[in-house]
Amino acid sequence: MSLEIKALHAQIPGREILKGLNLTINPGEVHAIMGPNGSGKSTLSKVLCGHEDYEVTSGEVLLDGENILDMAVDARSRAGLFLAFQYPHEIPGVSNANFLRAALKARLPKGEDIDAIKFYKQLYTRMDQLEMDRSFTSRSVNEGFSGGEKKRNEILQLMMLEPKYAILDETDSGLDIDALKVVSRGVNAMRSEDRGFLVITHYQRLLNYIQPDIVHVMIDGQIVHTGGKELALKLEEKGYDWVKEELLAAA
Amino acid sequence: MSATLAPTPKHSPVPVSEAPDSPAPSGLEIIAPVRDETSAPGWFLARSEAAWNEFQKLPTPSVKDESWRYSNAKNIELAAHTPAAAATEEQTQKALAASEGLKERTARFVFVNDVLVESQTDALPEGVICVNFAEALKSQGDVLKEHFMKREMTLGSAKFAALHLAHVKAGIVILVPKNVEIEKPIEVFHWVVGDHAAIFPHTLIVSGDNATVSVVDHYRSLDGEGGLSIAIADLVGGTGSRITYAACQELADDAQALHLSSIVARRDANVKSFQVQLGAEFSRSETVSDLVGQGARSDMLSVSMPIGDQVVDQRTLQNHMAPHATSDLLYKNALYGKSRSIFSGLITVDESAHYTDAYQTCRNLLNSDEAEATSLPGLEINADQVKCSHGATSGPISDEELFYLKARGISDIDSRKLIVEGFLADVLKRFGNSEVLDTLVARIDEKLERAV
Repeated sequence: MSLEIKALHAQIPGREILKGLNLTINPGEVHAIMGPNGSGKSTLSKVLCGHEDYEVTSGEVLLDGENILDMAVDARSRAGLFLAFQYPHEIPGVSNANFLRAALKARLPKGEDIDAIKFYKQLYTRMDQLEMDRSFTSRSVNEGFSGGEKKRNEILQLMMLEPKYAILDETDSGLDIDALKVVSRGVNAMRSEDRGFLVITHYQRLLNYIQPDIVHVMIDGQIVHTGGKELALKLEEKGYDWVKEELLAAA
Repeated sequence: MSATLAPTPKHSPVPVSEAPDSPAPSGLEIIAPVRDETSAPGWFLARSEAAWNEFQKLPTPSVKDESWRYSNAKNIELAAHTPAAAATEEQTQKALAASEGLKERTARFVFVNDVLVESQTDALPEGVICVNFAEALKSQGDVLKEHFMKREMTLGSAKFAALHLAHVKAGIVILVPKNVEIEKPIEVFHWVVGDHAAIFPHTLIVSGDNATVSVVDHYRSLDGEGGLSIAIADLVGGTGSRITYAACQELADDAQALHLSSIVARRDANVKSFQVQLGAEFSRSETVSDLVGQGARSDMLSVSMPIGDQVVDQRTLQNHMAPHATSDLLYKNALYGKSRSIFSGLITVDESAHYTDAYQTCRNLLNSDEAEATSLPGLEINADQVKCSHGATSGPISDEELFYLKARGISDIDSRKLIVEGFLADVLKRFGNSEVLDTLVARIDEKLERAV
């Protein structure tokens, strides 16, 4: 059981972005990927979810042994993969509650519907954990939400859908410290032995609140360095140049 | 030229005929209306007679006619239809059984082929007149004379309106006295039954000062080929009154529909009208709001969801004739298949209508590469201190919206449905009446199931 990324190559027309990326996330582990701008971190998250702008040219992604690269975007989600978006999209006219119900219903056998009472009980519990006002249920998905509200809403979806593997794409960007604490609390509440996390971030700050087990450095479409959580502090202090120098020396 | 086996002379002495003349007039083009000479008042018979003459005199609007641009008046096939004959008992029972509607309503009327077959009026407050058109001709002649089809039809369908006037015998006439509030809707079903049958339903609503009334007209087909509805609604909002009106057209896929609304909003009146176009191969609505009193307001709303080869044609006029009045139009079309929508809307603000607020928005969501939406907005402003805006947009579902929903495990089809429901949601929300809305949303969802 694991999320296994093997020698993954992916491109947009004319430019390869992922250049043979390897990474294995076991349930219960929190991995962080850090890296300079343009290293391919966000691309990795989108490729894993099946965004059609990217073409996978070779490699495999196995979710508990099953290759998900042939699966449609929605099937990957139902298989247990979740992406907390860096820039969550607005869906005018679709209420948060209806959206979540549709997402949960999609996981049930055809013709079955979710238990509305249980659903709202669960929803309100999770919203309280994220300090979200009840009015969020009737507001259109992300429409007119502040940056912080959007990120909370992503974590709310994570909490409601209970995926096996969750990718957080720069969840800390645009958050003030209070919002960051709330969002991190939500994520930490979801940490468990049977759930793996991949936290993509630019800043070490987030990792003070969501403590990773393993930290990777991604440069130019590959994982080039892996270490414990102390690696994040070193990167924060010294930047990425030393990693690049090490790479050159090794080459 | 077709080939022929018989030998023919090289230069035929027989003149080659020109393109054939238009076919001989038939159907509604020539079938004279039958009038109830015994009970209708003289003025009405005279207008009906005059309308029939006018109908025959007026040419069918040409495609070059500005008010029929991108559309075609020949989509209303008068020659192919005849006035609906009386329905059989079996058809009537079937229509009654299918007239499921609102759970809570003040009154209900069911017409089949322009004949009233059921009316429930027990819950109407005292003093309210709510009767069949034929009955109103006998008992409410003066009111009809004052309000019935008083406005010149300027949006293109004068000929069809004349035909309506010549044939009309069904529909309801509602007069709400001063200060009377009818909260729950009055619901009216108009069924068309039988091959190529035509109906001419009329709705006249006159609200007295500070009165409140809500009316829903349903236009539906029972069975039979074709079918044509040429309906007219006259809405007259008295001082400080509120009218909420919905016209829900769900005729069969091979039917044709025309709905012409004339709205008059007097001082501080608040009129909300809603066009729901779901059926018919060709449907056209023309809605005119005359804001004649200071502080009047007209909300003009519409949703449509054409599929296959359906064409939805919408023409509107927001006519500001008094200061401090507001008109706010929001039309939304979700198009599928090879369907088309045409929206043409004009805002006019005359010299006296200072401090006008007039808004017009038409949005089209294209769910197919072959669907086509045309929007023709217009403004004519002759006053000062006016706030006016108009906007039209057309485009497909955004890929990023779709990706976001699918990334939560929702299938492509269900994601698209959610987005379309969301697209139409703000119009429905603005209509506001939750009872009516629940029914409408169910009908829209049914149509959506067929669309995707």
